[in-house]
Amino acid sequence: MNNNHHKFVVKDLEVIYGDFRALKDIELIVKENAVTAIIGPSGCGKSTLLRTFNRMIDLIPNVQTSGAVIKDGLDIRQVDVVDLRKSVGMIFQRPNPFPKSIFDNVAYGPRAHGMKSLAALTEIVERSLRRAVLWDEVKDTLDKSALALSGGQQQRLCIARALAVEPDVLLMDEPASALDPISTLKIEELIQQLKQAYTVIIVTHNMQQAARASDYTAFLNMDEDRAGYLVEFGETAKVFTYPEKKLTEDYISGRFG
Amino acid sequence: MTVEVESVVSKAKSKRNLKRQNTLQILGYGLAWLCGLIALATVFWIIGYVLSQGLQVINMAFLTTRPAGGVSGEGGMSTTIVTTLYLVILTVVIATPLGMGAAIYLVEYAGDASRESKVVAFLVKASRTGVEILAGVPSIIFGLFGFALFVLYMKLGFSLLSASLSGAALVLPTIIRTSEEALLTVPRSYREGSLSLGATKWHTIFNVVLPSALPGIVTGIVLSVGRIIAETAIFWVTLGGSYHLPKSIMNSGRSMALHVYMLASETRAFDKAMGTAAILIITIILLNLSINILSRRLTKRLIGN
Repeated sequence: MNNNHHKFVVKDLEVIYGDFRALKDIELIVKENAVTAIIGPSGCGKSTLLRTFNRMIDLIPNVQTSGAVIKDGLDIRQVDVVDLRKSVGMIFQRPNPFPKSIFDNVAYGPRAHGMKSLAALTEIVERSLRRAVLWDEVKDTLDKSALALSGGQQQRLCIARALAVEPDVLLMDEPASALDPISTLKIEELIQQLKQAYTVIIVTHNMQQAARASDYTAFLNMDEDRAGYLVEFGETAKVFTYPEKKLTEDYISGRFG
Repeated sequence: MTVEVESVVSKAKSKRNLKRQNTLQILGYGLAWLCGLIALATVFWIIGYVLSQGLQVINMAFLTTRPAGGVSGEGGMSTTIVTTLYLVILTVVIATPLGMGAAIYLVEYAGDASRESKVVAFLVKASRTGVEILAGVPSIIFGLFGFALFVLYMKLGFSLLSASLSGAALVLPTIIRTSEEALLTVPRSYREGSLSLGATKWHTIFNVVLPSALPGIVTGIVLSVGRIIAETAIFWVTLGGSYHLPKSIMNSGRSMALHVYMLASETRAFDKAMGTAAILIITIILLNLSINILSRRLTKRLIGN
């Protein structure tokens, strides 16, 4: 927790889709072993920013980025994309387990990176499921289809799947927005446990969730041209209680967004 | 007073309206049923007629003896069953990898490639249109193409190989289109999930996308098998018509459909043509049942119980 290592440093980031500027002038520092929340109104580029960290944004046609995202001192564009995504896991808005068994879902990543030994895979699957607090619920049904699980279980399975490739960062794109309140709470508790060992960046629409679950908060807004920019960034406690900008206060108190 | 009168009038009106709506509804319902019945009755009539005529000549001997040839159409149909099987297997082996490969390229790669180069974009568009046009081309055209290219130019002669290559060209559009549709129904979130774990695109396609699309792809392949079993004209000009059992892929042969045609047009054994036709229809029905069972099983295995 009291680690001051900078996991990510974002410098002057700009993202353009075709002729639409989605993000501009983003300056951000993501601390290691902490939860950083990205909040802001719909369409302000939260997900775009999140997807620059593992270069999933490259999948979108006609995308151009300038500026730099630096992870552990290295510009992520100089890192092999496979290695980058191995170390930066991602959890999506809707749980997206593969139509395979629970075991095969978790083992998917390690297998993709060449692991064949069943004993080693079994160990990884158990460890990852335990870390995602799903083991006790599925340990007897590992060969059942993952699609038979409930939504909340599926999302924790996706977390286990991401953990199985031993990342050091987890990106979460509104991970609880498709879940019921109890499942949401479980995910939030899990995030608190995960930050002991991982750096977590979470996009959320839910102000309470950001306030409860994060250590740092970045507030994004969009200007007249719908380009997202960073309004305020700081410790969550401070952003939520003594925001520096009027806009931040208006947003977190629900006056717009 | 006037208000009451108005409301009574409007009530009567709406009642009449409702009645007319109901009559229309019943009429439409009846018409839909009638159309369905006529379609079904036609199918059952054809199948019933062929089966009732054909089953009279079908027995173990008919299935297991070779056709004897000649104008009298003596003998059974054993070699035509085996030849059909050879033809189907060889055609599927040729057409499936090509068709699936083309579909994978069109769905997974063509988009990016088209954005990068205008020439590629044009080629992709042209091949899509080409596939669509080919899907509607009569089989005899493929037959003439196969005859000109494989039989004559490449000197493969009337042979299983010529016939399978032509047959593959015939079913390729079907396999490409059904595979393309199956690949398109695979949610983007599966691809994203796999790529976000650091899997390569190739790994993602082979381990997540293709298995999820399998039921659709299999349906396309089985439909093609049905087409190969049923087509006649294309094999008339590429497979030849020898009633001997082909000993290699370079030999001529005679599929069941071809046998029906030849018996009916060149011999006096119309009853044996009907018998072969009955076996053909039974095969097609079994094939369709197997598609249903297979794709249901595959889907079940994917989705879980």
